[in-house]
Amino acid sequence: MLSRFIDRNRRPISAFVVLAVLLIAFTIANPKVFLNPQLYTAVFTSLPLSIILAVPLVFVIAAGEIDLAFPSVVGVAAWACALVIQAGGNHLFAVLAALSVGALAGLLNGLLVTRAKLSSLVSTLGMNFLLRGLINLGSRGEGIPLTAQLNDAPFRFIFAGELGPIPTQMLWAIAFAIVGVLLFNYHKFGAQVCCVGDNQESAREMGINVERVRTLTYVYVGIAAGLVAILSNALNLIFWPNTGDGFLLSTLAAVFVGGTPTWGGVGTVTGAVIGTFTVGFVTTGIIAAGLTGFWTQFFYGLIIILSLLGHRFNQPRYR
Amino acid sequence: MGDYIVELRNISKAFGKTHALTDVNFRVGRAEVVGLIGDNGAGKSTLIKIISGVIAPDSGEIYIRGKKVDNWSVAAARRAGIETVYQDKALAEQQTIARNIFMGRELTGFLGFIRGKDAYNEANRLMRDIGFTSKVFSPDSIVATLSGGEKQGVAIARALYFDATLIILDEPTTALSLTESEKVFGFVRQIKQRGCSAIFISHNIYHVYDVADRFVILDRGRVVMSAEKHEVPSADQLVKDLQDIARTGRRIE
Ligand SMILES: Nc1ncnc2c1ncn2[C@@H]1O[C@H](COP(=O)(O)OP(=O)(O)O)[C@@H](O)[C@H]1O
Ligand SMILES: [Mg+2]
Repeated sequence: MLSRFIDRNRRPISAFVVLAVLLIAFTIANPKVFLNPQLYTAVFTSLPLSIILAVPLVFVIAAGEIDLAFPSVVGVAAWACALVIQAGGNHLFAVLAALSVGALAGLLNGLLVTRAKLSSLVSTLGMNFLLRGLINLGSRGEGIPLTAQLNDAPFRFIFAGELGPIPTQMLWAIAFAIVGVLLFNYHKFGAQVCCVGDNQESAREMGINVERVRTLTYVYVGIAAGLVAILSNALNLIFWPNTGDGFLLSTLAAVFVGGTPTWGGVGTVTGAVIGTFTVGFVTTGIIAAGLTGFWTQFFYGLIIILSLLGHRFNQPRYR
Repeated sequence: MGDYIVELRNISKAFGKTHALTDVNFRVGRAEVVGLIGDNGAGKSTLIKIISGVIAPDSGEIYIRGKKVDNWSVAAARRAGIETVYQDKALAEQQTIARNIFMGRELTGFLGFIRGKDAYNEANRLMRDIGFTSKVFSPDSIVATLSGGEKQGVAIARALYFDATLIILDEPTTALSLTESEKVFGFVRQIKQRGCSAIFISHNIYHVYDVADRFVILDRGRVVMSAEKHEVPSADQLVKDLQDIARTGRRIE
């Protein structure tokens, strides 16, 4: 029973061990800070956005592709959302604008990969620049303040409020992650994503529409980016043209630290969520442990390499 | 007439200047295992791809259960209960046995969620049916941990699940050891016991002799010999015949 559970969940479990070891190490280094619940509230404010982005990235990578354009998709979706709010539009419409602009940008990324047959590594890298360039051109590099419109609006309390001690964006992230886990592990879509990433010829022979499945994974990222755009606007009360930029490397790192390998066919959404915590605590932990910010990149690298080594030696053995 | 599941009449197919098939007549009866033998390049794969709808012939006619068909396609072949087990890399190796069996035709319920228990039980029943006696493997086992013969078993189980009446196996034993080939022969006997038909392709006569009821030998795109099992005393005799054909171009019918 237990061994079967371990066997089926090797990757998330080893991701969890890494997180636990990290937390223990930090607590030993600075017990006062790490036993203080306020630290966790602080982390829970910034982490949800990474979690929401990491979940669909697992699908893209398990399907055998990569998406480097998601930070700019967050950007355009947040821009669309901010423009609607600034123009005094209905906030529900602003939400729909963010989600549909995100989904459309994702669709475009997917079509470039599956229909135009471009390399996903290069084409999404290009799209990341292209979309960010459009935002910069359109906004002339200026932010859009949203304080006046959002200050007392339900929009703000729904997306950046608090439910007791828990920030609402954390609740959004939890809900999004649960849906992601269900889709990946128990839904036809997740099963087909894995088959496509594992052996696309065989998937095609068995009647799976390989292009459609891959395109949908990009649309899924786009929808996540739309949600992140909404949360980000609600949280900051201002739209910056560089919205989303900071997520690129840390979110990808979280997915890989969480135990999703680069080669496709397998992945773990739970692991990616755990990986997000690991990466998130590195930054907080380093500063709390009294080290200068200069150590951050060093520790990022160290954690990534150690995690990958951990997953490497924790593979189920193949005969 | 209606006794044949598939009948090909005067089928020809050329790829540019290569005459892959010339005026071929071929048929498969009910619960019959046909051994299709021939050297590399003889046209075996082309022949079965015409049956499974992957390739359209240049000329000739296809009859399914006695009825002539037009616009034959993979989808139409599937609907007619024809399943093909492709030789190489037919499975998604990092996935479970159950997931491979239902690949592309997942057992789904509410909102497209997979009925995991049903899939597990069905896969389990299928594996036992087809002779997976080992308790080591369950439908949750990862395919990469199986031997080559067992992988072929999974590919065959997949074909069987969807009520195939004709299963085509293109060189299923080529990459396998002798003991592993034995397993595949076991699977083919299972196919027959279920009342299904099979086309078993090989360029190794010894691999075909035991399981087939009838032998069809292709040579450079032509059927050069067709014999019932009882007409051929031994595999060695069949090998001799084949060597004669290769040397003289003579046809035995
Ligand atoms: N798609 C194709 N294009 C061109 N020539 C082909 C194609 N498929 C098969 N051939 C040729 O047709 C002949 C028969 O091939 P095939 O049916 O694959 O033989 P076998 O399966 O008996 O080894 C060979 O000469 C092969 O090169
Ligand atoms: Mg062949």
